[in-house]
This record gives sequence, structure tokens and C-alpha cells, in this order.
Amino acid sequence: MKFDVVLRVVIKMLLPFILVFGLYVQFHGDYGPGGGFQAGVITAAMVILYAIIFGLAAAQRVVPPLLVEIMIPLGVLIFAGVGVAAVLLGSDYLNYSVLLHDPVHGQELGIMLVEIGVLVTVAGTMTAIFYAFAGRGR
Amino acid sequence: MVLLTLLAAVTVGVVRLRNLFAVVILAGAYSFLMASVLLVLDAVDVAMTEASVGAGISTVLLLGVLALTKTEETRPAHTPLLPLFVAAVTAAVLVYGTYGLPSFGVADTPMHLHVAPYYLEKSIEQTGVPNVVTSVLTSYRGYDTLGETTVIFTAGIGVLMLLRGRGRRARKKDDAS
Amino acid sequence: MELLEPILHHYNHWITIFLMVSGLYIVVARGNMVKKLVGLSLFQTSVYLLYISPGKILGGTPPILAEGYSVYSNPLPHVLILTAIVVGVATLALGLALVVRINEEFGTIEEDEIFQMISEE
Repeated sequence: MKFDVVLRVVIKMLLPFILVFGLYVQFHGDYGPGGGFQAGVITAAMVILYAIIFGLAAAQRVVPPLLVEIMIPLGVLIFAGVGVAAVLLGSDYLNYSVLLHDPVHGQELGIMLVEIGVLVTVAGTMTAIFYAFAGRGR
Repeated sequence: MVLLTLLAAVTVGVVRLRNLFAVVILAGAYSFLMASVLLVLDAVDVAMTEASVGAGISTVLLLGVLALTKTEETRPAHTPLLPLFVAAVTAAVLVYGTYGLPSFGVADTPMHLHVAPYYLEKSIEQTGVPNVVTSVLTSYRGYDTLGETTVIFTAGIGVLMLLRGRGRRARKKDDAS
Repeated sequence: MELLEPILHHYNHWITIFLMVSGLYIVVARGNMVKKLVGLSLFQTSVYLLYISPGKILGGTPPILAEGYSVYSNPLPHVLILTAIVVGVATLALGLALVVRINEEFGTIEEDEIFQMISEE
């Protein structure tokens, strides 16, 4: 049981850093390697690590399955919504240049919104799949 | 080049081993080696994605399935002569085909001459993003990324539909009690 | 040196072909379903290598624009393969969910035993 205590303490200290790294990868995807997919998987890995060490019930208290199941279609909606917003402003579908006063700033805003949508869907799907597999054999 | 040889050695291990737990761990090592090879080939975004997805999520899911089923593979009943022959013929044909391919690392093949220089030059002035892979993925080819997000969404919905509810063992226990 | 030249130029391609063919062999010849899925994922990973190794230019840098660098590796295969990796893991997750359901239904995940059970019914 000594090893159990070591794992618990170390993982508890490590989890916030993993979340911060995931958010760093997401928002610095424009200037270095990274982007929505990698950040989504890192965020899901944080929840999975918590569930492995502290048990599935504790993890489902922190991140409830209902929230995770809402996150899966929400990301796709954000992505498609950006495209529809571009159509409503008078141009083609998914043309980010018309979103703001200036084409370059419009592109940057569009890229950021789209990456947030991808992050939400990927993190939600990976966590939901893990919950489904882990909750099956009981 | 050393990394590629290690990759081939790990693959031989995956083919031959019958203990499924060892196979899953070797598959995780394979993903890690593949991410290192991709890093050496200057594909930094791809290496990060392959490392996190292949060595992380794949290994966790495979271990979860192994906990729900068994962990040892039974010996095959008949010798696999026909698949070996098919595999050898395919390999020979493909190796013959590689002699027509350009050598590794030259800069004037047709692949580097048409669209790629346009994206490399225009990325900052049209989108303001220095990471060309991100700007191509979300802006120049954003429609494909919408399709990919839909594929992930469909896979999540499919797994939830298949594995929702309690397992058969739980239902049998309820019937018996 | 003349004999070693093809090896140096095409070593990437030959290793890729070896990985592809062993993935194919696992899928076709082994009966255990989890091992087949691992073989399929091996096959997909070798295809990533097949696409990315022609994109590298010797003496170039990763395709992130910065001051002082002028030769970049080709970014287009990276975009394709990023999508392909995520689609691959989605396929693996669905396949594993099917394996879990098959195991609950038949009690085994070996192909030969399942064929026997179906032909006996």
C-alpha cells in the first residue's frame, strides 16, 4: 500500500500541469506545433489518468457523463456555426475573411473558433469512449 | 535509420508473440518509435498527434478491452502458408515498384513544385499564422477538417450506441437474484 | 558503393513495405480479433510513413515560418496524415466496441471457434 500513496500524491500534483500544457498546445498551435486534435487528446488523457488512479466513480463525480455527452456534438456545432455565420454575412461557407473588419483578423478569429470546436469534440469523444469501455464490465 | 530498424524489429515481435498483453505494450512502443521517426523527418505536428493518439489513447483502449476479454491467443490450427505466400508476392511487387520512385530528400520532385510553395509564401500575409500546417488544415482546407470532426463525432456516437447500458454479466446477475 | 546506393536512397520505402506487409499478414493469418485490430493499426501507421518520407527535403526545417530559414519541408502530406491518424483511432475504437459485444454474445474472440459455433446451430 506504500506505492499506492506515492502514486496518488504525485498524480494529484501533476494533473493541473497536464491541463495547462493541453491549453498551451491548443492556443499556441498557430506559432508552434499543436492545434485542436493534440490538445483534445491531452485533455482527455488527463481525465483518463484521474479515472485510472482514483477510480471511475470519483472521475464521474468530477466530469459527469452527461457533460461529456453534451460536449461531443457541441464542437461540431461550433465548427459548422462558424461556416453558417460566414454565409449570413454575405460570402461563401467557411470563408473567415468576412468575420471581422479586416481579412487577416477575420482569418485569425475564424481559426481560433474552429480549433476550440475541434478541441471540445475530440476531448468529449475520447472521454466518452473511455467511460463506455470502463463502465461495461461491472 | 537506426530507428527504422528498431521499428522493424518491434513489428516482428508483434507478429510472433501470443500473449496479448505483451502485444499491446509492444504496439505502444511501436507508436512511440514511429513518433520519433516522424520527428526526424521534420513532421512535428504529426509526431505530436501520433505520440498522443497512438501511444496514449490506443493503448488505453486496447488494455480496457483486454480486461473485458481474455489475454492469451490460441495456437492457429493450420499452417499459414497461403497468407505468407500472398504477403511475399505483394512485398516483391512493391519493392520492384520503388525503383521508379525519386530518391530520399531531393527538392525538385513534382510534389514540391506546384501548390506547396504557394502556401508557404502566402500563409502569413493571408492568414497571419506562421504554422503552415495549422493554416492549411483550418483555413485553406477547412472543409476537410469539418469532415474529420464529423467522423470523430460519428465514432463517438457509434461506441456509445454499442456499449451503453450494463453488460450481459450484470443482466444475468439481476435475472438470477 | 554502387551497390549500396539503392539501399541508401530507398531504405525508407523498403521498411515501409515490410511494415505494411506484416500488418497485412497479421490481419489475414491470425484468428484472434484483438490481434487483427493491432495488425490493422500497424498497417495504417506504415501508410503514414509512406506519405511523409517523400515530403522531407534534406537540409530543410519543419514547416513553421520563421526568420532566417528559407527551405521548408512540404506541409501538405502533414495535413493529410493528421486527419488520417485521427480517423484511424476512431476506427480502432469502433472495432474494439464490436469485439466487446462479440465476446459477450459468443463467449470467445477466436474466429475459428465462432465459425464452429455458428455452423453447429
